[in-house]
Amino acid sequence: MTRKHLISELRASLFQAAWFVVLLFPFLVMKVNVSSGKASVIFRWSALPVVAVSAFVLSFAWRAALRWNERRGDKVKVRTPLSKVGELVRSALARKPIRRTAILALLAVVAVYPFALGMYHTNIMITALIYVILALGLNIVVGLGGLLNLGYAAFFAVGAYTYGLLWKYAGPSFVAAGIDTGWLFWIALPTAGVITTIFGILLSLPVLRLRGDYLAIITLAFGEIVRMVLQNSSSVTGGATGISLIPRPWFFGIRLPPRQAATYIYYIVVVLVILTVFVVRRIEDSRVGRALEAMREDEIACESMGVDLARNKLVTFALGAFWAGIAGVVLAAQTTYINPDSFTLWESIMVLMAVVIGGTGSIPGAIGGALLLKLLPEYFRPLAQYRMLIYGIAMIVIIIFKPDGLFPRNRKHYTFVGKTPSDPAPGVEK
Amino acid sequence: MDYFIKLLLSGTAKGSIYALIALGYTMVYGIVQLINFAHGEVYMIGGFTALIIGGFLFVLGLPVPLVLLLSIVASVVFSAAFGFTIERLAYKPLRNKPRLSALISAIGISMVLQNFILLAQTEKYLSFPSYLPELAFLQPVREYINSTQFIILVTTAVIMVILTVIIKFTRIGKAMRATAQDKQMAQLVGVDINRVISLTFIMGSSLAAIGGVLICSYMGQINYYIGFVAGIKAFVAAVLGGIGSIPGAVLGSFILGWTESLGTGYISSDYEDAYAFVILILILSVKPDGILGKNQKQKV
Repeated sequence: MTRKHLISELRASLFQAAWFVVLLFPFLVMKVNVSSGKASVIFRWSALPVVAVSAFVLSFAWRAALRWNERRGDKVKVRTPLSKVGELVRSALARKPIRRTAILALLAVVAVYPFALGMYHTNIMITALIYVILALGLNIVVGLGGLLNLGYAAFFAVGAYTYGLLWKYAGPSFVAAGIDTGWLFWIALPTAGVITTIFGILLSLPVLRLRGDYLAIITLAFGEIVRMVLQNSSSVTGGATGISLIPRPWFFGIRLPPRQAATYIYYIVVVLVILTVFVVRRIEDSRVGRALEAMREDEIACESMGVDLARNKLVTFALGAFWAGIAGVVLAAQTTYINPDSFTLWESIMVLMAVVIGGTGSIPGAIGGALLLKLLPEYFRPLAQYRMLIYGIAMIVIIIFKPDGLFPRNRKHYTFVGKTPSDPAPGVEK
Repeated sequence: MDYFIKLLLSGTAKGSIYALIALGYTMVYGIVQLINFAHGEVYMIGGFTALIIGGFLFVLGLPVPLVLLLSIVASVVFSAAFGFTIERLAYKPLRNKPRLSALISAIGISMVLQNFILLAQTEKYLSFPSYLPELAFLQPVREYINSTQFIILVTTAVIMVILTVIIKFTRIGKAMRATAQDKQMAQLVGVDINRVISLTFIMGSSLAAIGGVLICSYMGQINYYIGFVAGIKAFVAAVLGGIGSIPGAVLGSFILGWTESLGTGYISSDYEDAYAFVILILILSVKPDGILGKNQKQKV
């Protein structure tokens, strides 16, 4: 960077800092104070230098980053230290023995986790893993299918309420018949899967003809309607107070104390996560998965290749909904209490954020994103009030500078190697 | 019948409120095909600016009409500046990226602005002074429509006319229509599309600010979260009418207002917010591009 360039950059930063100082002045410096019915305006001058300096520095950094981002677009690949580490890990994992050891080590860590860290951390981990299932499910819809679903929390709610309502209405007769209520969980799990799948298909019906933004807003509407129905039909669902005292799953007829129950649920979630990863992986490479990806890339081209778009969308929503239902049942079992407030639009947006921040369409991305989003705030309590602010900023920065997410998908690609006519299979997986 | 007319009028008032916000949505969408999720937040910022600046001026001891005027001006200026800044910061770098990216960025901006106000100001509901005067000539019909509702209705009508005139008959309106049709082509014939897009955001945000001041006066309170709910409702209205179309946004807003008011009047008030979404799903199932939306042919 030349000297002249630097000066002009600094001048631009100065200008932008001044702009932001003026822009934010009424909100950061002035504050309306209402005490005993009388409004007064107080000034917090100490905020002023902070805004000025940080706006100056940030605007300088922001423009530098944007330039870097633009330049980067020309090159096929830039090697940042981070990407080098990623490459190293990837090439190491490509070797079978290393991969096997890594997976075994990971499994071992996962297995001893509840014993090593205790109930508090186990419960946090369960919540995070529930989010992992949700993110993986939404990843099918948004990542593979490219359909923006802003009502995903509705399926989550349907799953949780399936268990809740099952407990509320079938529970007493179970108790009367002398059957353990702990079995209800295992009944609820497949039932919720089926019911949410049906809901997914129901939602996809009005959506079939819609594209892009219209689709997003319909799913949003659907999510809100489900939440409002749960909130207002208080005779059935308990309304805003929700359903409480939902039983935890019992361990083969043995009622566990809370600590062991948490461990048990933890293992159940771990198994469910592994199952989800397995199924999603299989879907990705299947005929359905390929069709979904084709649909995401170009609907018209896809349709003209003979892919049934309507059926595809139906399958996408049904698959995505299924996992949300499963996650919902686990949530109800873990918290033993559900109410409509847990399933707002922000919940849907949080899951979407996990998918986007992790890397749209990528399985490690969905897992990493969900864990990051759920675990970080638990361990950075002092920053709790800034959480949503930070998430918002992170979302914008990532979508601008790293649209593939933090853990991007390593898409399978094939390179043409064989040139000799004797080679019957020229495609070699790389 | 009397009851029905009352409901219809209150629905009209509500519809004109939604229309003020929906117009901004639809303008932005028409030009850049982006659901500006942060639009509701700009409206909230407008309300807060009026509250803060107005409160400050009032404490200084200025006469009420002057306070009213200055706070509306301040609110328009600040909201417009916010709209402009948001576009430059969060949407412009993503202009040639997939549309989902900009939408996600918009959701991010929405979160940032909400939480910024929450942290910098307060999480409580603040009472918002009624800036608007009582109109004496409405006294005989005050059972049906009060003066705030009347002022909102008239403002919406005036703004819609002004907007239509700007877009149909002025040079910048022509540039806007050109940009909406084809950005590249517009650029080729000499339209500065950066300027047009910025101007669209500034206009949309100014409308949101006027909406913010009027509606907060009408409701009598303000909170960091008001923009989100209002934004979603207005967005539904814009989509109902066919997003991108200005008469469509107004029509959609009125349909939404009437549905809500008749629904709460005749069916149940518990589901007030749900009617909007139900009617949205119904209409989009029949007409996927909204009522006045153009049926866009897909081209390869």
